[in-house]
Amino acid sequence: MSESATTEVIRTEGLVKRFGAVTALNGVSLYLRQGEVLGLVGDNGAGKSTLIKILTGFLQPDEGRIFIDGREVRLRSVSHARSLGIETVYQDLALVNELSVYHNMFLKRETLLNPLPLLNNWRMRRLAREYLQSMGVNIPSVDTEVAQLSGGQRQSIAIARAVYSQARILLLDEPLAAMGAKEGSLIMNLIRTLKSESQVSIIMIAHNYAQVLEICDRVNLLQHGRIALDKPAGQTSVEELTELVMREYRAGANQRQQPLAGR
Amino acid sequence: MAENVLSAPPVQTEPEPTPERPNPWLRVARLFLRQREASIVVVAIALIIYFQFSNQAFLSTQNIRTLSQFVAATAIISAGEVMLLICGEIDLSVGQVYALAPFIMYFANQAGLPLLVGLILGLIVCALVGLFNGLITVMLKVPSFITTLGTLFLINGLTLTISQGFPVLTPSEGLINEILGHASYSEIIWAIAITVVMQIVLSWTRWGLHTVATGGNLLGASEVGVNVARIKIGNFMLCSVLGGFAGILEAFRITSIDPLAGGTDIMFMAVAGAVIGGTALTGGLGTIVGAFLGTLVLSILRDGFTLLGVSAFTFDIILGAAILVAMILNVRLRLWREAGRE
Repeated sequence: MSESATTEVIRTEGLVKRFGAVTALNGVSLYLRQGEVLGLVGDNGAGKSTLIKILTGFLQPDEGRIFIDGREVRLRSVSHARSLGIETVYQDLALVNELSVYHNMFLKRETLLNPLPLLNNWRMRRLAREYLQSMGVNIPSVDTEVAQLSGGQRQSIAIARAVYSQARILLLDEPLAAMGAKEGSLIMNLIRTLKSESQVSIIMIAHNYAQVLEICDRVNLLQHGRIALDKPAGQTSVEELTELVMREYRAGANQRQQPLAGR
Repeated sequence: MAENVLSAPPVQTEPEPTPERPNPWLRVARLFLRQREASIVVVAIALIIYFQFSNQAFLSTQNIRTLSQFVAATAIISAGEVMLLICGEIDLSVGQVYALAPFIMYFANQAGLPLLVGLILGLIVCALVGLFNGLITVMLKVPSFITTLGTLFLINGLTLTISQGFPVLTPSEGLINEILGHASYSEIIWAIAITVVMQIVLSWTRWGLHTVATGGNLLGASEVGVNVARIKIGNFMLCSVLGGFAGILEAFRITSIDPLAGGTDIMFMAVAGAVIGGTALTGGLGTIVGAFLGTLVLSILRDGFTLLGVSAFTFDIILGAAILVAMILNVRLRLWREAGRE
């Protein structure tokens, strides 16, 4: 293991995942440092979602090793990954539209009016309000049904819920997709707050390079199931990322050549 | 009412109220209408007024008792159906369980067991039917509409077989009979008590919250860690037990046990009551109190039309149309309420 193992919360070595004849991941080795925000970019079909699904325990790799906090693990299931502090916020959000914001925040972690088996709605309402306020999430009221909120607000609540559940490693699947500039900046602010006020480490998938470079500490470009680029956000640019993806695209168009690995 | 309107002219001569200063009554009315069950209460009151004007006997003690009997059994079943509908399932077999439960009680009693023990045995059998429905639906992934359609025929055949198709007299143990449905208002008191308890379960317990979550976002709820299989199976059992209990109460009230009692009629009434009361067939939404009120509206319609002497044939036409009108009103009011929330 490398010398920086103590600060690495995730390290993967040579992850391979095949679906029949298709090789989705072809030897992915990446790492995530404590408190870091890692942007994962790449064209459609590059393997981003497969990688996230493996890290969240939903899929098991065919080859390769995963280390969490420097210890090798075999992520058996989503709940196993969760017990290690890995939470995923998917695009479909897993929020219940018909429930209020605070019921969603506390779903499966409800506080009760002991010794009665009744929900302590007052306490959950207050805690949710305080927590969301401290995270800078602006919503009309924690009593609002989630269905009434905008996409950005819903995304914020999903992220806040994951962090509130003591997640140490947050995997965000396109948190900025299908969102206007205003909504997007809401999420960016939330991620900034998380970075400065909590211990959480984040891997986020995104398509918008400018946003990725703005919010992330480091960028990994995934191409054909491999990490084609790994640079601090300050040392790369939208142009470089676009160029790499386009070159790959052109290469794919003029006959199938070997991927131009950038490492 | 009519007198008030007659004495009102001086007020009516006033100009339209200024839009800046909201009328306090209007505000109260608005607040009330934002409640989920409000629209159905309005419909129920309107119907009561209409029938009372059409026939003075409508609000007589005797008719109120009849009405309460119409409401009670259906409302109890409706409470169970609401829980199932909210978590995204339905039980079509509950009307057959309604007929089976009192027979189990009867045969247990014939075998020498106390009536109360027989009753509990009956409810246990109901719970097992619910477990069966739930396991087939959840584990074998058969849609509950189909699963319970199967058990509907299965249970009906079973009841006919063990009863050999003949009704029997309800065993009598005095006070127990009185408490469990025979005394004038005991059935409706049970229905109200069950409605209150189930509403508390729905809105103030983990079970209720997880039921809503299961129906609202099945995948999301299970991702968070809600045991959706347990929630669904549990609600199937609950619905069956409530159906069986309603059947037993009814058996005590009418002092005989009929193998063809209940059936699809009472089941559809219960589902219709739930839906009229604001429960979504798509899951995630609904209240027990709403279902009680929905059942009340249906019972008022049935009872009111009977009093008016409407023939049984036209009755179904009117009932069907009334369900549609009530539903359209309900949907309109809900949309209006949601628009007003912004």
